Amino acid sequence: MHHQEALRPSRVQERGEKVISIALAGQPNVGKSTVFNLLTGLNQHVGNWPGKTVERREGVFEHHGERVHLVDLPGTYCLTAASPEEMIARDYIIYHRPDVVMVVINAASLERNLYLVAELLALPSPIVIGLNMMDVAEQEGIWVDAEKLAAAMGVPVIPMVASKNQGVHDFLDAALKVAHEGLPQEPSRPEIRPDHREVLGAIEALLGPWVPEPYPADWVALKVLEGDAEITERMKSAAPPEVWACVEDLLRQHEDALIAVAGGRYAWIRHVTQGALTKSRLGHVTLTQRLDAWATHPFWGLVVLAVVLAAVFGLTYALGGPLQGWVERYIVGALAAGAARLLAPGPAWLEGLVVDGILGGVGTMFSFLPILAIFFATMGILEDVGYMARAAYIMDRFMHALGLHGKSFMPLFLGFGCNVPAIIGTRIIESRPSRLLTILLAPLVPCTARLAVLTVLAHALFPQKALLVTVCLTALPLLVLAGVGFIAHRLLFRRDQAAFIMEMPLYHQPNWRTIGIGVWQRLVAFLRKAATVILAVSVVVWALSTFPYGEIETSLLAALGRFLQPVGALMGLEWRQVVAILTSFVAKENAVATLGVLYGVGESAEALSAVLPGYFTVASGLAFLVAEMLFIPCVATVAAIRQETGSWKWTLGEILFLALLAFLGGTVTYQVARLWLT
Amino acid sequence: MHHDDRTDERPSALNGILSAGHHKVVPLADLSPGQSGTVLALEGGPGFVGRMAALGFTPGAEVTMVRNPGRGPVIVSVLDTSVALGRGQASRVQVRPKE
Repeated sequence: MHHQEALRPSRVQERGEKVISIALAGQPNVGKSTVFNLLTGLNQHVGNWPGKTVERREGVFEHHGERVHLVDLPGTYCLTAASPEEMIARDYIIYHRPDVVMVVINAASLERNLYLVAELLALPSPIVIGLNMMDVAEQEGIWVDAEKLAAAMGVPVIPMVASKNQGVHDFLDAALKVAHEGLPQEPSRPEIRPDHREVLGAIEALLGPWVPEPYPADWVALKVLEGDAEITERMKSAAPPEVWACVEDLLRQHEDALIAVAGGRYAWIRHVTQGALTKSRLGHVTLTQRLDAWATHPFWGLVVLAVVLAAVFGLTYALGGPLQGWVERYIVGALAAGAARLLAPGPAWLEGLVVDGILGGVGTMFSFLPILAIFFATMGILEDVGYMARAAYIMDRFMHALGLHGKSFMPLFLGFGCNVPAIIGTRIIESRPSRLLTILLAPLVPCTARLAVLTVLAHALFPQKALLVTVCLTALPLLVLAGVGFIAHRLLFRRDQAAFIMEMPLYHQPNWRTIGIGVWQRLVAFLRKAATVILAVSVVVWALSTFPYGEIETSLLAALGRFLQPVGALMGLEWRQVVAILTSFVAKENAVATLGVLYGVGESAEALSAVLPGYFTVASGLAFLVAEMLFIPCVATVAAIRQETGSWKWTLGEILFLALLAFLGGTVTYQVARLWLT
Repeated sequence: MHHDDRTDERPSALNGILSAGHHKVVPLADLSPGQSGTVLALEGGPGFVGRMAALGFTPGAEVTMVRNPGRGPVIVSVLDTSVALGRGQASRVQVRPKE
């Protein structure tokens, strides 16, 4: 079975020691990643679950002289087969049987959180519960007695405030104790509603002999009764047809079984929380209610969102802009100068390769790091305090018209920083068609680099009207995004529309550690791309622009530009300008660099301003900017699209589509502007 | 799964059962802000029902409408949590409103 191999952890076994294997489970918004980060620190490895675009985080650490391997399971509300996250979580426990599962639950919504616990109790590994957010619960007027809850469930329950690092190590101690000694008693487990007990027994008796290893037979029977698509398929092929026919017959008579199973779980939850849970919220207006009166209001919510986003941009550019200049001058510039001095005695092509090819491509990417770090940090804060769910709610109405989803808003917005994390960020969207559409539209959000090109060229070409041109050309791709979404939604994805079901977490204080690690991981993902894909393509483009004669005017790239001259002519562009757009495939800033090289003036804004107006008319200048704003995203983004869609067909389709869009946009702009603006 | 504003596609048989009692039965999407009700039934496949059940929407559950701007998604409070639901989803939860 492919799962068996795929889900085995990269277990670290050194010096023949036993490694305790622990899985960390929990619903979303329970502070699970805070707990994971506290336990593993930076000793964590982030990758993907095999064959899935779901993040897998694991870490190995020592505790009281024992080695612990901790896997962070995806946050899920339940363990159905409805999403890849849920499948991963349950398959991991079934196939790998961790020594213990640490379940983090949120005391402020105890009953709903115990639903996942009810599902986990049906699986083979013993569990230990970390009752998190005790402080938030008290603010909400909710008191949970951990000892009474533990006694009722027969499972250790450790109260915690993970955001203040309280109780987390007790939680781990309790987990290790269970890993060694097992649970002190048989835990209380939910039972199906009495009117379905018989049919569940019958299904288990029928299927029992055919349940494949390592599935627990009672769990399989329950899932078949629930109508679980994956397990039903599996058992249909495992059991003989006549047995399966009997099962199907039973299922037909009990079509409401899922409600009976869920009802049984909630009956168990009421039973175990009785006496352990006290609520008093008379006349008590909580912080979340007060903030949401504004943040989710149909009108004021939009105002709040606009102010928040303006603040994010303001902060990012006010702090990041000067830092970027500093990195460019003192780090990338210094490196380039150093390399040039060092390599001057060697062959000219080597110096060209290092200074223009490598530092020109990868170096400029590095200069965007400060801006990205600040942007990701502010977005991380908004995510962590719980505001992003409100933004998704407010934007759902508008996103919906584009065939997108409230949850598409956050990743698309990340795209203003960099398209790469935007495309990776679409993982929060459960429905595949919505996610695919969001991925394909994301490159139309102008990233920091594209905006930098726009700003420089708008000032050089239209010094009088630079601001107007910049604003219009920033809005243009966004309008195209809306238009394409509107049409694609109706033509391509019409049938499959995603459900919008989203928890609105309570607002809470940000945890700096979690935000810091989040920023770090997004930056590392960006740098990894810069160091591999961008490096490789930079070198190739440098080679194309140098060979065969060492001059860009006579290079292969120039030949390609001249070959495309007829296409460029429709946009009013000559071959140098076409080449500039083509080289922006490596990194958007190359558009400026290439113009500088081809017109022999270098990259400085003053020099470009002096020379460029001579080579552009108003119409061709606008056409150039339009084409540049709509053109294929940088190679790192294309690589991310390939990775996240898992399909070359979609990736190449997207490249063709955007190239065509840029060409059409440029041509229409040129032809219209030539008639009206001259 | 649909996520559009067409509301009622519930089977007529279910309709009959639901309206047989003397209490009226309405889609959750029709509750006004501040109004509470008891969930009676969920209409949809196991994917939809399973997800809603995990968030607390099961027959017998108490729900309170928090935000209902008339179009677009609503916010509903269930089991001490606020949940945003598309109008299409909220229309497929049948509730008996409190007097």
